Amino acid sequence: MNDTSNLKPGHIQGETGIWEMVIGLEIHAQISSKSKLFSGASASFGSEANRNVSLVDAAMPGMLPVINEFCVEQAVKTGLALNAKINNVSVFDRKNYFYADLPQGYQISQFTKPIVGEGEIIVDLDDGEQTTIGIERLHLEQDAGKSLHDQHPTKSYIDLNRTGVALMEIVSKPDIRSPQEAGAYVKKIRSILRYIGACDGNMEEGSLRADCNVSVRKSGEEFGTRCEIKNLNSIRFIIQAIQSEAERQVDILEEGGTIDQETRLFDTSTGETRSMRSKEDAHDYRYFPDPDLLPLEFSESWVQDIKEKLPELPDSLKKRLVKDFGITSYDASILVEEKDYVDFYQQAANGRDGKLTANWMITELFGALKKDNLSFSESPITSENLGELISLISNGTISGKIAKEVFSEMMKSKKSPSEIVKEKGLEQVSDDTEILKLIDQVISDNQDKVNEYLSGKDKLFGFFVGQVMKLSQGKANPGVVNKLLKEKLK
Amino acid sequence: MPNKDTIVDVPTVNKIARLCRLDIPEVNKESLTNDLNNILGFVAQLDEVDTSNVEPLASVTGHKLPLRSDDVNDGNIEDLVLKNAPESSSGFFVVPKVIE
Repeated sequence: MNDTSNLKPGHIQGETGIWEMVIGLEIHAQISSKSKLFSGASASFGSEANRNVSLVDAAMPGMLPVINEFCVEQAVKTGLALNAKINNVSVFDRKNYFYADLPQGYQISQFTKPIVGEGEIIVDLDDGEQTTIGIERLHLEQDAGKSLHDQHPTKSYIDLNRTGVALMEIVSKPDIRSPQEAGAYVKKIRSILRYIGACDGNMEEGSLRADCNVSVRKSGEEFGTRCEIKNLNSIRFIIQAIQSEAERQVDILEEGGTIDQETRLFDTSTGETRSMRSKEDAHDYRYFPDPDLLPLEFSESWVQDIKEKLPELPDSLKKRLVKDFGITSYDASILVEEKDYVDFYQQAANGRDGKLTANWMITELFGALKKDNLSFSESPITSENLGELISLISNGTISGKIAKEVFSEMMKSKKSPSEIVKEKGLEQVSDDTEILKLIDQVISDNQDKVNEYLSGKDKLFGFFVGQVMKLSQGKANPGVVNKLLKEKLK
Repeated sequence: MPNKDTIVDVPTVNKIARLCRLDIPEVNKESLTNDLNNILGFVAQLDEVDTSNVEPLASVTGHKLPLRSDDVNDGNIEDLVLKNAPESSSGFFVVPKVIE
């Protein structure tokens, strides 16, 4: 057996050598509009079956689609955030196929002239490294309806509520080289979409899902034949599916076989992919321009207006946090993952020790929320209260150790830290006379240890500090205790 | 470039019919192939005009694509939507089982 422990992510050790993965992603992001892309029916999730369906969505004869301006704006906004070329003229095409949850018999999409062209984003990897992933295009299209296959032994049930909901399909270049990079790319796209408010990024509800194109090759060789894994709705599944698909392809190639270009599904119970469609003409979509829709045109000044209103994006925010608050680039990248985190952090750290605030937020707060199974928005601790806690630590009112006690009380009671400190009498004692009293007590209780110390057993100093702290119930200021003890035991 | 008279052959007709879910009787295929070739041959006359410097024309009226604001003002008509369905149940369309 070959040693695989030093293998880079995205590399597979085969019998014939090391294989490299080539990955491209198509992300489908549901636009956060109130109504659908081409009709005035609600785009909301979880309504009664077929409640959010207009006659346009049901594809009744004679109905005409009218495009939603908000959706166009979100696509442009996203394009700008992806540093991509905005196409002021784009065209809607019909993608023809038959399925029970597609009443039109075609999906309105954009094929030859998408609204957004090439761009690129910077992706942060776990090891702190960054890599640039190219964007091929972004286009607007309709979502399909939902089929339920488990309601009846011989029938399928169709709900058209999702039919016609606006999607952006964001297509990456085949620049991704490992499952981990793919996961980081999706995370970054999701973060950008949430910052600009174009999509809520909720993967559980299907607002964001990805198709992964995977192939393998020996380093430096041409791209191999790819397979497409459809409809992955979590970052963990994306990582698992790509790894298992690439391994499957390596096994086939090493046994002298060839890869069939096909669509595959990821089975979450087995962790493997399986073939989905086999008909050779399944992909013959016969695209043509939709005669119901004129080309979509907008002015450069409209694009500029949108550009000016773009909020600060994660990359720029990250740089600013490092510069303004003196935190590490790694901490900053965690804080900018979600807009809510950054807002919270900036409020809590405002005018305070930025590093200390970042530590408390990332280690203590995130840790405690995870332990209590709470989402960030459910945090019992507000940014004001965390900020106040930082102030109490920084100005010496409480020690770091007491702060942890206060913090867990804050998680439980939602009270402000100063209230808790007051109620429980937890203020740090920094007053010399009071601490000297404690020191005298410890010295008289431990005369034998004092003698040992004075005869050269320096290590005992820590013991005295500990005893004084214990006697003060943790409230004595350790710095002051140290200073006074040293003087006392000279 | 295929000969104008034989752009479409019977296998192509079979393929298009399958993609469109049309059941075309065997006896009609030959004449349908001829019809399609006639139509396509007629349209192909347009190829004789040099349009290499002409932008594709999307509209002869000069109209632009109208946009609507993002308001919910339709839907809530499930009875109407389901009215023509051969079968429905508890608000769903019911169709023969389709599983990929």
